[in-house]
Amino acid sequence: MMLHRRQLLAAGATALLVSPLGARMAFAAAPTERRFVFLIQRGAADGLGIVAPVGDPAYAGARGDLAADFATAPKLDGMFALHPAMPNLAGLYQAKQALFVHAVASPYRDRSHFDGQNVLETGGVSAYQLKDGWMNRLLRLLPSGDKAIALAATVPMALRGAVEVASYAPSSLPDASDDLLARVTAMYEGDRQLHPLWQEAMATRMLTGDLGSDGGKKAADTGTLAAKLLSAPGGARIAMIETGGWDTHSGQRGRLGGQLKGLDAMVAALKAGLGPHWDNTLVVVATEFGRTVKANGTGGTDHGTGSVAMLLGGAVQGGRVQADWPGLSDAALYEGRDLKPTTALDVLIASAVSSHFALAPARTAKALFPAMTTAAAMEGLVRV
Amino acid sequence: MAEMSIALNRFGLGARPGDDPDGDPRDWLNRQLARYVAAPPAMSGQPASTALVAQFAAYREDLAKLRKATPPPMQASPALPPRPAAAMPPMIEQPPIVQVGEDPAERLRKQFGQQSRDLYNGAVTARALAAIQSPAPFGERLVHFWANHFAVSGDKMEVTNLAGAFEFEAIRPHVMGSFRDMLFAVERHPAMLLFLDQAVSVGPNSPLAVRVGNRPNVRRNLGLNENLAREILELHTLGVRTGYTQTDVTEFARAMTGWTVAGFGRGPVAKFTGATGRPGDFVFADAMHEPGTRTILGKQWTLPGEAQAAAVLEYLATHPATARHLATKLARHFAGDDPPPKLIARLEANFVKTGGDLPSLYRTLIASPECWAPGTVKFKSPWEWSISAMRAVGTQQLQPNAVPGLLYQLGQPVWKPGSPAGWDDVAGAWAGPDAVLRRVEAVERIAQRTRDQIDPRARAAELFPDTLSPATAQAIARAESNSQGVALMLVAPEFLRR
Repeated sequence: MMLHRRQLLAAGATALLVSPLGARMAFAAAPTERRFVFLIQRGAADGLGIVAPVGDPAYAGARGDLAADFATAPKLDGMFALHPAMPNLAGLYQAKQALFVHAVASPYRDRSHFDGQNVLETGGVSAYQLKDGWMNRLLRLLPSGDKAIALAATVPMALRGAVEVASYAPSSLPDASDDLLARVTAMYEGDRQLHPLWQEAMATRMLTGDLGSDGGKKAADTGTLAAKLLSAPGGARIAMIETGGWDTHSGQRGRLGGQLKGLDAMVAALKAGLGPHWDNTLVVVATEFGRTVKANGTGGTDHGTGSVAMLLGGAVQGGRVQADWPGLSDAALYEGRDLKPTTALDVLIASAVSSHFALAPARTAKALFPAMTTAAAMEGLVRV
Repeated sequence: MAEMSIALNRFGLGARPGDDPDGDPRDWLNRQLARYVAAPPAMSGQPASTALVAQFAAYREDLAKLRKATPPPMQASPALPPRPAAAMPPMIEQPPIVQVGEDPAERLRKQFGQQSRDLYNGAVTARALAAIQSPAPFGERLVHFWANHFAVSGDKMEVTNLAGAFEFEAIRPHVMGSFRDMLFAVERHPAMLLFLDQAVSVGPNSPLAVRVGNRPNVRRNLGLNENLAREILELHTLGVRTGYTQTDVTEFARAMTGWTVAGFGRGPVAKFTGATGRPGDFVFADAMHEPGTRTILGKQWTLPGEAQAAAVLEYLATHPATARHLATKLARHFAGDDPPPKLIARLEANFVKTGGDLPSLYRTLIASPECWAPGTVKFKSPWEWSISAMRAVGTQQLQPNAVPGLLYQLGQPVWKPGSPAGWDDVAGAWAGPDAVLRRVEAVERIAQRTRDQIDPRARAAELFPDTLSPATAQAIARAESNSQGVALMLVAPEFLRR
């Protein structure tokens, strides 16, 4: 069935602007059966409110009201419970397709969203030190002929770099006439910046005309749309989904619950849409840093350090929470206020991605996170 | 001449047909500093933030009352409780869509939502008209620059209606004044106090917290919120990584407790804190203020009450790091994404010398050769591109939702950057394949409205004196119609950049 580009675009538009997660996506194609999705939680997601260390003696006291949601939450093991707004993720955990890694952080240790996201996306050790993103550098390690596309009006930092990445985003503007498009093509011919941009835009226009049709209104539609583009023969194999709304300075219980419900629905839709490809899929969910251990005075939490990362998908060796747990007693906190990071997020990502794509671990780590100090890769994250 | 092209497009908001910036381009820009109007005719009739906050507070009260008195299902809806007319800002009356048996609280919610959309559309349209009609487009560009520097984001409900008033009240009056005055106006404005949670930040040892703490059966979320304090340091003044620490942020947040908005507290709390008065006005609530001396940036701040944070703000307003931060952003806006260090140093020195006199900074920009580099140095943001396109075709009037809708589709919804950092000011943020495709889609509609009344060859020559490229001129000349020629002109490489 030929589906109209606009329907695809409209689905994304709603996801971008109406979904509580404010999701945007970016894609990259690679000649592999393995699928990789990086889902970034912009705004510093509260790891302690997502995978809660309910077995830590200091937890209930530090969290106050924020701990109330976990009275009915599914227990993951003797220490941790999963937020009850995520039944699908609980199911993945049961099926050993979800691995939660706690007390993780990127090398960034200050508390600016913008710098923290830059470090998370570039793979550097400090903000603006690297000029391209680790996902773009990953593309260079994969077999040649790879192409990347951003499902956002612009390419997110993690995908920017030497490998060409097209962008594609929701719009409800009418299609421009083919005649005008052809004339614009000619007019941009000699422009070094606009010519390649425009080539990508036209190539994407051709490609996506055959793909999507979902008229979507919620986060689930973003997941379905991502699945569609990742399933197409010869289509994208690498995707980035951007979500926002995690900066819960106030009223965290309601807001975080809504966010997690959307995230849960998005992952469920991605799994459903991928069908058999789910078995070859790795989804990494990560945020720039965590939030304070103690609730603040406005029913929320402020910028912190350690948080939780998730590995989801049929390719994941899940069903466990991996944590070198630092504890939540006052003496155990980072700078007296934050969850102390004990696992490096860059090591986690490099280890998971290299085994997922059967790349040499050391070489992958060096390419993705050039300044990574930890030598040992983490084992057993992904089924190979 | 090519320099006039730069004055019109890089410093201004794009040429308008019939504009006659005769004489020297630098003189033309300098004259605009005096010609700038803080409250142009396009903005008359825009409601003040005090009226908007009163309306919002009244809405919240009414909604709470209606929800308390929820009628049994299927009962016919009672009429909405009447509101005193004086408390309502002028707005377009839109009857809500009412279904039989609809819950009155739901009806009120819908009505308020529709009023909010109308207010937002009205404010965005006023902003666009001011930019399109202004005889001082350089001044209007600076309004947009500062509003983005001090960004609030209307996707937070309390801020949706206030974002326009914030720009009109806190930014516009100070664009030709001092940075210090703009900083104070911004940090005391209800939109900023609500956007970054300052209005609800309570000192842990303040009289209010102590009083509430003495009543263990009262459960309230009372305490410190460091959101605004952090962003003042990181975004508004010093800039990120300039040496302040987490302790400085927390101490500054303590100093700022008590800075809040009248009309938001509920009954007894508002009375106790003293946060009464005309809704929307800045108020210092001593009962929320953390008592004691603060240590911030290595200095002791001993003043009590409101004066404590004010003294810190005074210090930040003229701090050398602030000078450097603002100089860098201005240089990036006018001389390119990687601004020349010499230009930054010159602007910085000027800021330090004058203590933050903004027109002096603008005159320094005009006089700096780095800002007159030939060719184009910036890729226009969707807002810049839209305004320049409407100026180019001589737009006089706007449908109420035309500009809000266009900017939403182009990926830069007005006053909704989603983050207190505002929109990025580098090409990487806007020069994407899909972003360019959307401009091409939008332009066909804009061009069709010109109904072949514009000769695009003559217009392009007027808009880009001596700088039109042969490729663009040829594409326009070969267009199948005047409208198509206008469309090509508006997405030509020289039109996408400045």
